[in-house]
Amino acid sequence: MYDFAYHKPTSVADAVKILSADPDARPISGGQTLLPALKHRLNKPTSVVDLSGIAELKGIKRNGDTLVIGALAKHVEVSNSPEVKAAIPALAMMAGTIGDTQVRNRGTIGGSVANNDPAADYPSAVLGLGATVVTDKRRIAADDFFQGMFTTALEPGELLVAIEFPIPEKAGYAKMRNPASRYVMAGVFVAKTTSGVRVVVNGAGPGVFRQAEMEKALSASWSEAAVAGIKQSADGLNGDIHGSAEYRAHLVTVMAKRAVAAAG
Amino acid sequence: MDVVTPFEGIGASVRRKEDLRFLSGRGQYTDDINRPNQTYAYILRSPHAHARIAGIDFAAARSMPGVVAIFTGADMPDLGGIPCGWQIHNKDGSPMAEPMHPVLAVGKVRFVGDAVAVVIAESRTQAKDAAEAINVDYDVLPAVAGVEAAIAPGAPNVHDDVPGNVCYDWHIGDSAVNATAFAGASKVIEFDLVNNRLVPNAMEPRAAIGDFDRTTDEYTLFTTSQNPHVIRLLMGAFVLHLPEHKLRVVAPDVGGGFGSKIFHYAEEAIVTWAAGKVCRPVKWTADRTESFLTDAHGRDHVTKARLALDANGKFLALHVQTLANMGAYLSTFATSVPTYLYATLLSGVYTTPTVYAEVKAVFTNTVPVDAYRGAGRPEATFLLERLVDVAARETGIDRVEIRRRNFIPADAFPYQTPVALQYDSGDYKATLDMGLEAAGWAEFEQRRAEAKARGKLRGIGISTYVEACGIAPSAVVGSLGARAGLYEVGTIRVHPTGSVTVLTGTHSHGQGHETTLAQLVTDRLGVPLAQVDIVHGDTAKIPFGMGTYGSRSLAVGGSAMVKAMDKIVMKARKIAAHLMEASVEDVEFDRGTFRVAGTDKTKSWGEIALTAYVPHNYPIEELEPGLDETAFYDPKNFTYPGGCHICEVEIEPETGQVTVVNFTAVDDVGRVINPMIVEGQVQGGVCQGIGQALLESAIYDENGQLLSASFMDYQMPRAEDLPPVSVATHTTLCTHNPLGVKGCGEVGAIGSPPAVINAVVDALKEYGVRHIEMPATPAKIWNIINAGHKLAAE
Amino acid sequence: MPQVTLTVNGTTHTAEVEGRTLLVELLRETLRLTGTHVGCDTSQCGACVVHVDGASVKSCTILALQANGAQVTTIEGLAKADGALHPMQEAFREYHALQCGFCTPGMVMSAIDLVQKHPDGMSEKEIREGLEGNLCRCTGYHNIVKAIAAAQDVMHGRRAELAPAAE
Repeated sequence: MYDFAYHKPTSVADAVKILSADPDARPISGGQTLLPALKHRLNKPTSVVDLSGIAELKGIKRNGDTLVIGALAKHVEVSNSPEVKAAIPALAMMAGTIGDTQVRNRGTIGGSVANNDPAADYPSAVLGLGATVVTDKRRIAADDFFQGMFTTALEPGELLVAIEFPIPEKAGYAKMRNPASRYVMAGVFVAKTTSGVRVVVNGAGPGVFRQAEMEKALSASWSEAAVAGIKQSADGLNGDIHGSAEYRAHLVTVMAKRAVAAAG
Repeated sequence: MDVVTPFEGIGASVRRKEDLRFLSGRGQYTDDINRPNQTYAYILRSPHAHARIAGIDFAAARSMPGVVAIFTGADMPDLGGIPCGWQIHNKDGSPMAEPMHPVLAVGKVRFVGDAVAVVIAESRTQAKDAAEAINVDYDVLPAVAGVEAAIAPGAPNVHDDVPGNVCYDWHIGDSAVNATAFAGASKVIEFDLVNNRLVPNAMEPRAAIGDFDRTTDEYTLFTTSQNPHVIRLLMGAFVLHLPEHKLRVVAPDVGGGFGSKIFHYAEEAIVTWAAGKVCRPVKWTADRTESFLTDAHGRDHVTKARLALDANGKFLALHVQTLANMGAYLSTFATSVPTYLYATLLSGVYTTPTVYAEVKAVFTNTVPVDAYRGAGRPEATFLLERLVDVAARETGIDRVEIRRRNFIPADAFPYQTPVALQYDSGDYKATLDMGLEAAGWAEFEQRRAEAKARGKLRGIGISTYVEACGIAPSAVVGSLGARAGLYEVGTIRVHPTGSVTVLTGTHSHGQGHETTLAQLVTDRLGVPLAQVDIVHGDTAKIPFGMGTYGSRSLAVGGSAMVKAMDKIVMKARKIAAHLMEASVEDVEFDRGTFRVAGTDKTKSWGEIALTAYVPHNYPIEELEPGLDETAFYDPKNFTYPGGCHICEVEIEPETGQVTVVNFTAVDDVGRVINPMIVEGQVQGGVCQGIGQALLESAIYDENGQLLSASFMDYQMPRAEDLPPVSVATHTTLCTHNPLGVKGCGEVGAIGSPPAVINAVVDALKEYGVRHIEMPATPAKIWNIINAGHKLAAE
Repeated sequence: MPQVTLTVNGTTHTAEVEGRTLLVELLRETLRLTGTHVGCDTSQCGACVVHVDGASVKSCTILALQANGAQVTTIEGLAKADGALHPMQEAFREYHALQCGFCTPGMVMSAIDLVQKHPDGMSEKEIREGLEGNLCRCTGYHNIVKAIAAAQDVMHGRRAELAPAAE
């Protein structure tokens, strides 16, 4: 790791001030993605801004039909939260399967969503539930937030504060893990929301994406059978030593069925 | 019988003596050691698989903070190359090609990870920072990673002085007899397969600390080694040209080896040599990425085989042609693995009258390949046990029945195979029968049907195997090209109050020697286990030793201890005879008590020990004081563990995911000293075998880049990937060592991979699949199922 | 250089560290608590697991400064002052759940957290799943799983003493 200055602000304003002043400063929350990258010297931040002391970023609460999860909510907290379990059980279930126990004890939802690793779990739920990403400056619809591999609508110095999840009628998630890394090889998040059915694929492609054909089929008939016959095109999907694009495309259909089954 | 400690001797599942320090964080592994005034080494490695080094500019790096020194291969003109310990001869009798393996690259780099320069600095990070500032000018050359590509015409030469990349072209067996047998066969099964390349991945990454004492001119190397004396010999005599008495090698607690820590590695020579240059201790610790890029890999064979059968399914002849990847340089025992540890095992547990094998060892632009748990024997077993299953299917003979028809019968021992080995004992039918019973083989079809109702494909597979371990005798291996002896050394040091220190040349890195070897002493001398300490891993303390690999520690090292205890008991009886005024012949010794036969006159162990060191009333004219004996034991033969492994799997057709649902191992490891430890060794070995069969694979791209270079891409078996493993033993004693022991460290990894793949192929039998290369990943299996569905649809 | 103050195994330490210093480096190099090991560089093997404020974390994936003010427990801090082992340590010995011992400290620390998080007890399958963040190359996990199953009964007070392993 290259050395860096360490800051631990106690307010969003202070954090943003440091991050805005220095384009090479990086925020850190759980650090479960950032630190491994820094250890391999893939990144050379001048300073690291530890967000863990900022109370405004914490907390999980329900506001009517919306579940608001603070950026600093750890995976273990989301997984165990009675509010999340009651409102969006699929989200709690997902949080309980991210990485491993130790990752879940440190990693946060804000860090995962802001990082937008194509093989991460959370982005599929954010997009699949049509959530709103709240930053220190604005509110960004999930459909506008994710912009491909490791790229989001966040501007330099802009800080993710919370995510607002509209509570769906039902939702489900299923994934096949990369056997070695345990990141997502192919996953599908399905949700039946007030604004319609959403089906999101993660892991299989260079970023999360909505599966329009499956959305249409599930809108017509919410059942495993509705998606069982829909083949995901392998074009543009990832292929590597763990599986071809064709295999991942096949898994999308399988995981879609399982996600629907999980949603009930 | 007056047994002092009835539950601590041979056969007792004594809890391990070493566990307390490991469980409380008091183990001392190499990286836990810091020497006063220590510096840190970082090794700059080649990012290219094959390149000429046009220049190295480290002027800027040299002046960076904390840098003490920077060395390249050019600074080491007087050092020897890293030696290979076994010289194989070609078919024509000429010696193998043995290109120079410099400690730091000279002129050329030959694999990604090849050591180019070493930076020594005040801290690890400073050394790494400076290494990044070194500018190496590489002329990148075409590279070759696979064995078939490496011997193809026009392939790049890994070593300029080895055109065609063939290290040796060796054979064993009588080709004419073999050909005749094939001519008379009623059926010939042809079968090609690959044995996948593996990364050993002991959990402790390698580390080394070199130290130099200017007062005495003595060098000390602390290293993660399975055999410190061998490292001292190889590094001292061949690389650094240091005499043994000026070089001490310490292998403290070592966090797993599985073969990968047998070998002498460049980093050991680098830190030792550099410590002398900078006159300060130099420490190097690998990170996991370096382990992937520089620890010797295992397996990597490509094989074509033919099996001849008569009309009754009796094996008439086996013909095998294997290409074995050596990697870029010859690692310490690399050359022996695909020859004397592989081809000699191709008779297996069967009476095949003729076996002929040709092995070509090939250089490639990859990490050196050497022994990994089982070393050669898993490759032989995988080939045979897959081949037998294919033969069973293609002759229509039941796969258990075809094995029974061809087994070496229990009354045929000693049994001379056509490939040099003479098995001393075994009962393959007994382990098979026990395995079938324990695995519920007869009821399997019900389980298959039940699984099918749940939408799962269930299969069962069997493997019956023999292996050879405790490699020996020295004279024989010497005649076959080994450049070392393969004996072992044990010292029994009885202290004045009767407690015992054992010095053993074997080394424990997980096997539990501090317990098992102590049990031998307790069993024989009657000294309580708590009063027996096993000392290993330090050339300054132990007379000599060949270390631990090839399941040799108990069979060879334990036998040396028995020989030393024979001397102790003989001397102690003389002392007892003197004290009890009896003749030596009349003094009996049984676990702690000396007795004049037929009388109640006795002397205790403690009395004799004290007398030996306080010889006031002592036969001083005939006997020296003291009770401290050393024995060297050179075995008469290998030992031959064997057994039966049965694996049951379920496949989820939608994803191709394989789950091992049952695994049964019945092994004959000879006499069992500590059943708990044997069970643990077998379970661990089986799980490494399951890892090879289903999960693990070192994959290079065509440019020689290792694609699976971290745990992110190399699938290490996790708890949830593995089943409970049911272990049983069935003992036939080894006939030529005093303990009757055979060895248990490798049986799990040797017997299991074909059992797993046989089960997977069985589960997929409706898809007409003949073979699946390891690892049988979900993607691979889905491809087969998917292709099968497509065929059905057409 | 920045300072970090934290309590390790009941003793409070203050040390100067770099921004980049990892907790495991502080433990091993500064405090010389070498029972916590480093087995990989991708935050996967779990040899470095310690407890930070009661939760298991990979000490190779947390900056020392992030642990400022924290209560840290390492393998060295598990046994009682009189040397009596924690039930998990005892179970690992009784069930032969360790061989080379390198993964053991992290495995034990993870196992304790796992048991504490499951007051109703875990099945074999749940224990295996719960060990997803820890790699062992020696044992094949068989005996580790048994040891944890036995230790949980003692830790949850369902048994006064560890059930002995079958001979």
